[in-house]
Order: sequence, then structure tokens, then C-alpha cells
Amino acid sequence: MNTEILGIVAMYGIVLLLAIPLGRYIGKIFNYEPTWADKLFNPIDRFFFKMGGIDDKVEMNWKQHLGALLTINLVWFLLSMFVLLNMDWLPLNPDANPAMTSDLAFNTSVSFITNTNLQHYSGETGLSYLGQLTLMLWQFISAACGMAICAVVFMAMKEKTSTTLGNFYSFFVRSATRVLLPLCIVVATILVFNGTPMTFGGKDHITTLEGKTQDVSRGPVAAFVAIKQLGTNGGGFYGPNSANPMENPNYLTNIVESVSIVLLPIALVFALGYVLKRKKLAYTIFGVMTLGFLLLLLPTVIGETGGNPAIDNMGISQNMGSMEGKEVRFGAVSSANWATYTTCTSNGSVNAMHDSFTPLGGATTLLGMMVNCFYGGIGVGFLNFYIFIILGVFISGLMVGRTPEFLGKKIEAKEMKIAMIIALLHPFLILAGTALASHLYAGNPEAYAGWLANPGYHGFSEMLYEFTSSSANNGSGFEGLGDNTPFWNIATGIVMLMARYLPIIGPVAIAGLLAAKKHVPESSGTLKTDTSTFGFMVFAVIFIVAALSFFPALTLGPIAEYFSLYQ
Amino acid sequence: MKNNIIPAIRLTLFCALFFSGFYTMSIWGIAQLAPNQGDGFVTNNNGQRYHTNVAQAFTKDQYFWPRPSAVDYNAAGSGGSNKGPSNPDYLALVQSRIDTFLLKNPGIAKKDIPAEMVTASGSGLDPHLSLAAASIQVKRIAKARNVSEIQVNQLIAQHLEKPLLGLLGTEKLNVLQLNLALDKLK
Repeated sequence: MNTEILGIVAMYGIVLLLAIPLGRYIGKIFNYEPTWADKLFNPIDRFFFKMGGIDDKVEMNWKQHLGALLTINLVWFLLSMFVLLNMDWLPLNPDANPAMTSDLAFNTSVSFITNTNLQHYSGETGLSYLGQLTLMLWQFISAACGMAICAVVFMAMKEKTSTTLGNFYSFFVRSATRVLLPLCIVVATILVFNGTPMTFGGKDHITTLEGKTQDVSRGPVAAFVAIKQLGTNGGGFYGPNSANPMENPNYLTNIVESVSIVLLPIALVFALGYVLKRKKLAYTIFGVMTLGFLLLLLPTVIGETGGNPAIDNMGISQNMGSMEGKEVRFGAVSSANWATYTTCTSNGSVNAMHDSFTPLGGATTLLGMMVNCFYGGIGVGFLNFYIFIILGVFISGLMVGRTPEFLGKKIEAKEMKIAMIIALLHPFLILAGTALASHLYAGNPEAYAGWLANPGYHGFSEMLYEFTSSSANNGSGFEGLGDNTPFWNIATGIVMLMARYLPIIGPVAIAGLLAAKKHVPESSGTLKTDTSTFGFMVFAVIFIVAALSFFPALTLGPIAEYFSLYQ
Repeated sequence: MKNNIIPAIRLTLFCALFFSGFYTMSIWGIAQLAPNQGDGFVTNNNGQRYHTNVAQAFTKDQYFWPRPSAVDYNAAGSGGSNKGPSNPDYLALVQSRIDTFLLKNPGIAKKDIPAEMVTASGSGLDPHLSLAAASIQVKRIAKARNVSEIQVNQLIAQHLEKPLLGLLGTEKLNVLQLNLALDKLK
């Protein structure tokens, strides 16, 4: 058990060692400062713009940025629908897998372009290799899209008064080629050398030692896994994601994949410090996020290592902790650690089945997604946090009786209205969705019997988790839920769409509005936002808005299950 | 919106070429340098190929059994049970696995059965056992093969994989490699 704890400490250490220099590098890329890699990437980027017919020097205002983002996302959606509905006759289908139904194709397309990667299909049987490679494309470019829009907000937070905020396509391409691509090549290389498959051959047919036949699914797995970890995507090549020993063969790959989950979300916070030349602000934000992260990590580890009390009662030994749905090569501690990483960052990949977690682990993974900004998704995690900063500034301003300002810009009614709508959207989507599903189920349990794999409180948690994961653009699941039905495909599809684009539009609008305002120089009466006092203020706002609004729902699910198990 | 459509389509198509095509082929190229050329880890034994990383179903008494699988060791449709900790059907299943295990392994105390031996793994393909889960099967295997328990225990000691660098993660044993070694005994 001690080596297991040491394992997760080492992982977080590696994250910090890499995230700080990487943050500087990303900051330089957003600032168009020269880096060592320019010789290689300048020609590549120019080729991208040439092929796209794009003038990357044209400055855009915030509305033009959003226009460019939404248009290109629409193109992705349409192309994705085409491929998923026609996989059966398109090339690269050695296992002769069928095309998707239209509601499943809608859900899957939305899920991948919104960086969610909720999967209502199983990769081995539900997708051709062309389908996998198409989804992998969205994994790259939806992550790059998140980084690009984060860059736009960074630009808007600079002191000068301005209406133009760089070029969207330029940020987008630079993020994809200069950050995601090299990292993915490194991670994929480590994976293939540790036994992750990377082949275009179909299933392998094996005769086992006892003489039975066994088909083993393969494919271009390593390339796919690298970007799904690094881009906070999370959609696995195989059904059980990184619990599958092909996708995540040993403890070393588990370290690499775990680090990849949180690396870019944390690096982007340090990039903010570099871009704005406000290191202290970046460390304050990082501190608040890390405090929240640790408060979620600790109970998860305690819950999972403690084992299942109902199994304790059977009189067997649970030295490894709760092992249902977990793998021996990772153990309970690094499974709990992964679960916390993946739900805090909206990644959604798993190396253990969350549905079989103890109630404590189930509650913390849910809470991580409900807050959705303790690191958060790539780019968009910071946008969520930005909303809470605006709320924190406003409430602090009211408390001290001054007009609220953030980084020298006055926050007025218009910005506050947008911030409030976005802050309340997430609880609304989750709670309304879960209420609707529960209502349908309660009204006719026989008709919807296929939905829930578990009875009682845990069954409710399965529905709550599905909507939370959709709204957090996370993509992990309590996978016992029978979710490939028109209701779940369409309902979660709509939730994912709203939860992706509105929380991008809102913060960009606020940042754009603030950027155009006159800069007010700091005075002795200015509320300082880079202090621990303000950090605690923001933490309190997050706790009240995000955590407490979900408390009643959590009580009906994991908390009730906890008290029924630990009597 | 209108003047964004054409660039969006062209950029997307080029991205497809670059990331789905060029990136994937580069990784495929790198994989050709890796052991087994991107086929996963494959063990060759007496002309047979086995995937070292994928659990096989072992049911005979003379082999080490892997952890239970919710998908019956289907490596083309892997998955966990997704049963919650309080589910009565699930708990009954675990109880029946304990009873079966005790029946097939006479002389074993119930309190020594490690939970990982009666709970399904996340992928249904967990290729590993913990030391406790392997040791508890020694008595049965030695009897079925008519070898001494010391010999089987020696195999376990030889195949025990220490944590990474001796410091990080869990200790474990690969079931397939143990069983291949068992067949070579005597």
C-alpha cells in the first residue's frame, strides 16, 4: 500500500515539474514570442493557413472569434455524422462493424466535437478504424479549439483597451501543431514500446493454453490513446477505456497517461501568468484549484482503499481495497487518483469502473464534475473558473462597498448577468435532466427496466452521473446505465451541446466587453485579486454555487448509499 | 458566419489529412521499431502465439486461475461488471464465488481469500494476480499436478513483478507466464 501512495505522489510531482515550463512555452506561443521550435513549425503552420485559405494576420473582435469557432464546429458535426452513418461501406473496416443508428451517431458526434467523449457505443464492435480515426481528429481539434478560445480570453485580460483579440484560426493551429502534436508523439511512442497496439490489422485469433479460441481486438490504439489523455477528451479505443490492458499495459504507462490528463489544464494556468505578466495571480488560481483537487482526492483514496463493507462482512480479506472493477496492476490508490484527475479535468477516461466505486468515491467523482473548474477541461476549465472569479470580485465589491473591478476593468450589470446565467446553467442542466429521467423511470419502471444495472440509491446515482458527466463535458460514466437508447442519446446530446458552447460564449463575451473598457489604474482601494484572501473568497463562491446546489441530489444518491452500507 | 464557412471546411479537411493521416502514420512508423511491431506484447511458446497482456480463461485445477471476468474473458468486447457496492444480486454473486473457491480449494481458510480473487476486474481481461491471490492457489495446483508446494511457490517467487523501480505501484504476477512456467515443471 505504501508503494501505491508513493506512486500517486510521484505522478503529481511529475505533473508540476512538466507543467511549469510547459506553461511558459504555451504563454510564448500565445504571445507570438520566438521559441526554439519555430524553424520546424512556422512552415507547417503556413501550410495549414494556405490549405485553409486563411489570412492568419486578420485581427478579430470577440464576436468574430465566436463566429469562427461556431462555424468550424458545425462543419465538424456534419462531417462526423456522415462518417458514423456510413462506416459500414467506407474503407478501413476489417472487422466489418456496422454503421451507427442516427440517434447514436448524433450523440457520438456531439460528444466528440464538444470534447466530452461520452460513449454510448463500445469501440471494439461499434466503430470501424475510419470511425476511430475520425473521432481522433475531433479529439485533436476540439482540444485545440478549447486552447484557442482560452487564448482569446487571455488576450482580453491584458491591460490595454482593445476590441481586437488576435486571430482565432491562428491560435487554433498553433495550439494543435506546437503543443498537442509533439506531446502526443512522445506519449504514443512510450505506449507502443510498452505493448499498446498500433496496427491496422483486424482481430487477432488466438488459441489459449487450455485450447479455447479467443479473439483479441487490436487497432491503431496508441495514437488514439495519446490524444484522448492529453486533450481532456477521454474517449477510449476499447469499451472499458484505460482499464483495458491493451490501452494501458503497465504501471509506467499508467503514470504517463495519468500525468497526461492534468498536464495541459494546469499548464494553461501557468500560461496565464506568463501572458499577463501576473505570476502571482496564476499561483493564486492554481492554489485554489489544487486545494479543491486535494479535498476531492483524499476521500476518494480513503473510500477505495477501505474496501466494500458488505464484502468485509463475508469474512474475506480486502488488503488491496475495493477491487471490483479495478485492475491489479494499478491498485486501488492509483485508480482513485485517476478517477479524481479525470473528473476534476473533464477528461473522462477511466482506469477503473466508477460504477463499482464505493459511495465515497462515487460522491467525489460526481462533485469533481459538478464543480468542473478544479483545473477543468483544456481551455474551458479556465473559462469556468473565470466566471467564478467575476462572481467573487462582484461579491467582494459589494462587501467593501466599491464598484467591482477585475484587472483594472469595471464589472457592471451586463457582465454580471452573463456570469450568473452561465454559473446557473450547469446545475440547471444536470438537475433538470436527472429529474426528467427519474420521473420517467419512476412512472414506468418496467418500460425502462433496461436503464439501470443497479437498484435503489445506486440506480439513481447512475442517472445523476450520466447528466453530470454530459454537462461537465466529461464523458466518463456509471457504465451500468443502459444508455444507448433514443432518450439518453438525444437528452445527453442536447445537454452536451448547451454545456459546451454557452460556457464558451459567456466568458468570451464578458472578457470581450471588459477588454473594450477603459483601464482604471490600481489605487489603494482596489481589491487585490492575487492574494490568498481573494483565493479563499473564490473558493467560497465555488463551494456555495457549485457544490451546495447539488447537495440534495447527492443526498439521494451516494450519500444515502453510504449510510445504508456503513451502518 | 458566411465568410467563415469555406475556410472552416478547407481547414477541417486539411486537419483530417494531417492528424488522422500524417500523425497516425508517424506513430505507426514508430511502432515498427517497437517490440512486436505494434501488435501488443506477444509471447511465443511451442509455435503458439499468446497476448501476454490479455487474460485467458483458465478453469482447470492445474493452472493458476485469473481474476473473475464480467465478460467471460472476451478480448473483443472487454468490460467490467458495473455493479454497485450495495447491489444485493452482486453481493450474492461474490458470495457464490467465495463458496465455489472454497469448494475447489480444500484446506484454505476463508479469511485468507483476497477480495481480488472473487471480484471482477475493470476490463474483464486483468492479466495479473496479487501475491496473495496466487499463493492461495498453490495447494490446489500442487495436488493436481502432483508436484511439491515448494516448487510452485518457487515459481511464484521467480515471476513476482516488483513495483516500478521497487517504489511505485503494486506487486503482481502475470497469470499466463506463471501457467506457461507450470507446464515446463518437472
